[in-house]
Amino acid sequence: MSKERIIYGIYDDDDIILNAVNSIREKGHHIEEVYSPFPIHGLDHALGLKYSRLAICSFLFGLTGFCCALLLMWAIMIYDWPMNIGGKPSFTLNENLPAFIPVTFEMTVFFGAHLMVITFLIRCGLYPGSNEKSPDPRTTDDKFLMEIHTNNDEKNIKKIKDLMKKTGATEIKEKE
Amino acid sequence: MKHEADIREPLIIGNKSLHDISEDIAKPIETSANKWWWALFIASVTAMLWGFGCIFYTIGTGIGVWGLNNTIGWAWDITNFVWWVGIGHAGTLISAVLLLFRQKWRLSINRSSEAMTIFAVVQAGLFPLIHMGRLWVGFWVFPLPNQYGPLWVNFNSPLLWDVFAISTYFSVSLVFWYMGLIPDFALIRDRAIKPISKKIYTILSFGWSGRAKHWQRHEVMSLVLAGLATPLVLSVHSIVSMDFATSVIPGWHTTIFPPYFVAGAIFSGFAMVQTLLLVMRKVVNMESYITIQHIEMMNIIIMVTGSIVGIAYITELFIAWYSGVEYEQYAFLNRATGPYWWAYWAMMTCNVISPQLMWFKKLRRNIIFTFILSIFVNIGMWFERFVIIVTSLHRDFLPSSWSMFSPTFVDIGIFIGTIGFFMVLFLLYSRTFPVIAQAELKTILKSSGDNYKKK
Repeated sequence: MSKERIIYGIYDDDDIILNAVNSIREKGHHIEEVYSPFPIHGLDHALGLKYSRLAICSFLFGLTGFCCALLLMWAIMIYDWPMNIGGKPSFTLNENLPAFIPVTFEMTVFFGAHLMVITFLIRCGLYPGSNEKSPDPRTTDDKFLMEIHTNNDEKNIKKIKDLMKKTGATEIKEKE
Repeated sequence: MKHEADIREPLIIGNKSLHDISEDIAKPIETSANKWWWALFIASVTAMLWGFGCIFYTIGTGIGVWGLNNTIGWAWDITNFVWWVGIGHAGTLISAVLLLFRQKWRLSINRSSEAMTIFAVVQAGLFPLIHMGRLWVGFWVFPLPNQYGPLWVNFNSPLLWDVFAISTYFSVSLVFWYMGLIPDFALIRDRAIKPISKKIYTILSFGWSGRAKHWQRHEVMSLVLAGLATPLVLSVHSIVSMDFATSVIPGWHTTIFPPYFVAGAIFSGFAMVQTLLLVMRKVVNMESYITIQHIEMMNIIIMVTGSIVGIAYITELFIAWYSGVEYEQYAFLNRATGPYWWAYWAMMTCNVISPQLMWFKKLRRNIIFTFILSIFVNIGMWFERFVIIVTSLHRDFLPSSWSMFSPTFVDIGIFIGTIGFFMVLFLLYSRTFPVIAQAELKTILKSSGDNYKKK
């Protein structure tokens, strides 16, 4: 009796599914997931997803890169083996700083970009060879799929299916 | 609600639905190549192998097989390096800067121009490596601890800044490109019938399924990457230009170089995008997505950046005269009237005069004319680097050291080889990768498709 049942509603249009998400959530149902071929603007808000903190991560990674670059160049050019290059002032970090700007900038971008992408892949569980797929292969083409989990209660399931039908679903399936 | 002016033309023509877009973009991957593709591919592979042969000869024998001499120690190698890096700039500009400016027309062309960027930077990176002569110690450019004690790279040298700039640029562009490709590989994976291609595209798509949370993160990531790539693309050619600008050679040590090089890079990059896409849209039937409107937009960018480059040339001449430094004055007078006058005037004609023709709307929207002009710009920008590098060096400080440069067959072979290598990569890409960012393109179908616009 306690077995969970999964219902899929397939929609044809991004605006229709956005409205459907809004009205189904208004009725108090929890929408587990929406699969779409492209990002739908406002869908994350409609689903009640929290905003993504990736940008903050990237800033922190960039800051790390900035510090690493300065530390590296200080260690090499100032601490370990200071060089007299044409008598130019280069014996403290401060004096040599203008020449360090390009590499510091590049390292900031390098860290910020790559570590953010790695964070993204880890957080989304994406990796080469992963076999995960959406429940219906057409969701990478032109179909939009809404997934609702519910308990094994026929009355409730019927209510959800009716709601999906009413909000414009063209196909309603249940996971066996 | 957003209002759009009536004069805005549709960006997707031919009455396309979402499913049609998937069909059109998967088609080149799912069908086999025609004989034109094979002809081009075989020609490119031949050129590439010839180039590789010349590279092996150079490494086996030494840099002496090039046309360099004591006076002219840098010639075709760095000309080609700067030319290829410059070509790379259009891709990042389209995908990053135009993303920040929310230009919808970028969506049909960003994938292919980013691919072009990556393939061009691969070619560019070859030249410094070959010029080292000893390829196997190439890793010495990185600050690695070693058995020689406190022996380090010199962070005060623009050549080392270049190492960091090019590596960062290449790797960040590659990752930016690949992250955009993941949802499109997922489409190909879900359509694939043959088990082998299913397997390959399953690996390539990283298990993308299009969940709402994943899309949300993907959007944030693309935006931040665009924000990071925008200063990056401006920095790369600035740093490349510092290889020259921080030196003491008349004709090189000018403060105008960074912005002038960046404008020139975007100029040549867009020309290469035009050259490639005008052929590609025909061969893989993408005329509904890469429309005359897109071509015109790119032509306008070519016109604007061409004008900036023209102003930079004239500013250089003016400053050389105004500075009152006779060496500087001589360097520029010698460029225009000395033994390399033909290279200078080829550069002036191709880069300054020819893009001005784009003021005429009829010419901007003419495909044949655009194609010919893009070739002109590619040639002109190659000559620009040749003029800057060789004519500044060939008149040394001592008249007894004055010299001329003539390339050997190895110089020419390596250059042709990189063009072949570039074309091989691009041709393979155009048959195995989704050449248009279909997932992103689908988001603008309702606002920019001709069928939706009519309603």
